[in-house]
Amino acid sequence: MSSSWPLWEVFVRGKRGLNHVHVGSLHAPDAEMALRNARDVYTRRNEGVSIWVVKADDITASSPDEKDPFFAPSGDKVYRHPTFYAIPEDVPHL
Amino acid sequence: MADELDLAFERTVRSEARIEPRDWMPDGYRNTLIRQIAQHAHSEIIGMQPEGNWISRAPSLRRKAILLAKVQDEAGHGLYLYSATETLGADRTDLTVKLIEGRQKYSSIFNYPTLTFADMGVIGWLVDGAAICNQVPLCRTSYGPYARAMIRICKEESFHQRQGYELLMTMMSGTQAQRDMVQDAVNRWWWPSLMMFGPPDAESSNTEQSMAWRIKRNTNDELRQKFVDMSVPQAAHLGVTFPDPELRWNEERGHHDFGQPDWDEFWQVVKGNGVCNAQRIAHRRKAHEDGAWVREAAEAHAARQVSKEAKMIGQSA
Amino acid sequence: MSFDNAYESLLGHEDAHWAFGTGFAEALVGVNREFPSTVDRADIAAYCLMLGDDALIMAQRLAEWCSRAPELEEDIALSNIALDLLGQARLLLTRAGEVLERDEDSLAFLRDEREFRNVHLVEIDCGPGPGGDFGTTIARLLVFSSWRLALFSRLRGSADPVLAAIAEKGLKELAYHRDHAAQWAVRLGDGTDESHRRMQAGLERVWPFVDELFLAHPVEAKLSGVAVPSAELRSEVEGVLEAVFSASGLTRPADVPTARVAGMAGRDGVHTEAMGFLLAEMQHLHRSLPGATW
Repeated sequence: MSSSWPLWEVFVRGKRGLNHVHVGSLHAPDAEMALRNARDVYTRRNEGVSIWVVKADDITASSPDEKDPFFAPSGDKVYRHPTFYAIPEDVPHL
Repeated sequence: MADELDLAFERTVRSEARIEPRDWMPDGYRNTLIRQIAQHAHSEIIGMQPEGNWISRAPSLRRKAILLAKVQDEAGHGLYLYSATETLGADRTDLTVKLIEGRQKYSSIFNYPTLTFADMGVIGWLVDGAAICNQVPLCRTSYGPYARAMIRICKEESFHQRQGYELLMTMMSGTQAQRDMVQDAVNRWWWPSLMMFGPPDAESSNTEQSMAWRIKRNTNDELRQKFVDMSVPQAAHLGVTFPDPELRWNEERGHHDFGQPDWDEFWQVVKGNGVCNAQRIAHRRKAHEDGAWVREAAEAHAARQVSKEAKMIGQSA
Repeated sequence: MSFDNAYESLLGHEDAHWAFGTGFAEALVGVNREFPSTVDRADIAAYCLMLGDDALIMAQRLAEWCSRAPELEEDIALSNIALDLLGQARLLLTRAGEVLERDEDSLAFLRDEREFRNVHLVEIDCGPGPGGDFGTTIARLLVFSSWRLALFSRLRGSADPVLAAIAEKGLKELAYHRDHAAQWAVRLGDGTDESHRRMQAGLERVWPFVDELFLAHPVEAKLSGVAVPSAELRSEVEGVLEAVFSASGLTRPADVPTARVAGMAGRDGVHTEAMGFLLAEMQHLHRSLPGATW
């Protein structure tokens, strides 16, 4: 069986004046295809939106809680895919 | 310490806050979620087939575009959901292999055949409608990535449902042959749609723990009742009937009474004996296997690009 | 719905998200639909049918990949391309129909095979059927979108305002399609031994149908200032393809164009045997219920 393509996290700026927001993830063999797929999957190729793709493996994350699962039983490496959701509550809509 | 984590987890869930990927969670919760979300993802992907069956034959260019876009959305839904399982440590390829080896399930409704174009409308109206009843509560499910995927999916599903209903309205205002086609499709899909909510609560095994974990929010029978109550006036407006002689309004309960689906048929289809079970899996398996050389090639090319870049950096250093 | 979610800010433009299914009539809103007085309207209709049928049949073929692509992300990408081309087909058939007094569906579903004006390249089976595989599909998409992009970039200057507007709209789409195909051609050409072999075989499969794209058609000569002379496109398209070949290690196949049939080919309504089956499938439901509304 073939192995999987790496996982990429997708961040989209919906319109000018907003932050990039995490919208989900996808698989792609390389960054170019990840960007292309992100446009297809998460924006339906809407013109004028800005997209970032970041290899999930390249993200270093801290945990929101004090009880860091890294030090907890069975809080182990399966979380190689941290998901951040920066909710733009504080960002004014233009 | 484990107890402390357990308590913190329970507290979070009880307070309707979300569990996020890096939080500690009981193994049972994790495994149940992976199974449930994967099953849901598989359903979206297998669900592309019954409708994809009519893309090439859609009777107008507008309907062709709508149908293709809809099936494409289902691929997107599957993708969002597989992503949610990956936040729990699952792997998409692994889940796909489980699906095509029959080790994981998908919604049994997709083992029914789509026989006429009216089925495209009825699937939108009833099957997507039932799916929405099942899924809207999941927008508040305790696991964050799942809840967020469901929000996006529900928005698109409700659009699909309106599209399906609009197709049926158009067909009902067409020729007698079209109206007959719609009624025939309703007759074939009504009972399977009711089965989508799962067996009666008395026979359902997973409900209690899943409710406590807030990964299931309503019982099968509650949702089924809601769906029937929602659908009856829609059918009347459309001018079709449901094939259930026991269906009637119960003033006392404030709900419709209705008959039971043929649960024997349900279990037969679940066990793999539906008209399309084997075909659906074979189709998915073929796509996966035929695509293997493409996935491998892309990986090999990406690896080569990386080593080329490394070499260039090495040279410039 | 009001939830603590990140999508609210993204889905403000909800309708745009659904651009494929609804609001189609507004695609060319505000465009002057009068026909230029310098040419015969019937010739414009004939030309629109050629370009419209190319897009329609190519979309029909691409849509066959739906639920069969090598990966979910690619399934979505191929559907997007098919939807773009279907959109182009609808605009072009609608324009032809203004002259022929028929709507897009009458033209798509009620013409017989001999009345279709598409080139052979778009109608042959390049996979997922037995006639090809993903590599063949990419080879065809690369050739087709490179050619159509070159054509549409010139068509923007057409004296027919509708054709010019369709070209303007389609240009971005086609650039995307070409880029998608080129990226895949490079990946497959430079991937594994198997992918290289398959991609090369795909090129060999489609290459005999390339020449037809550049053959001048009599209607082009009658549409001076409105249509794009096909022969003009050859060097630009060849240049693009050469660039892809050199980046991917693929070899340009030998030029052995398919012979014509009694002097005729796709633009004359003379097709390959694949076309009859394609149309039988595409048209049968529409034709089985005359007078139905969809």
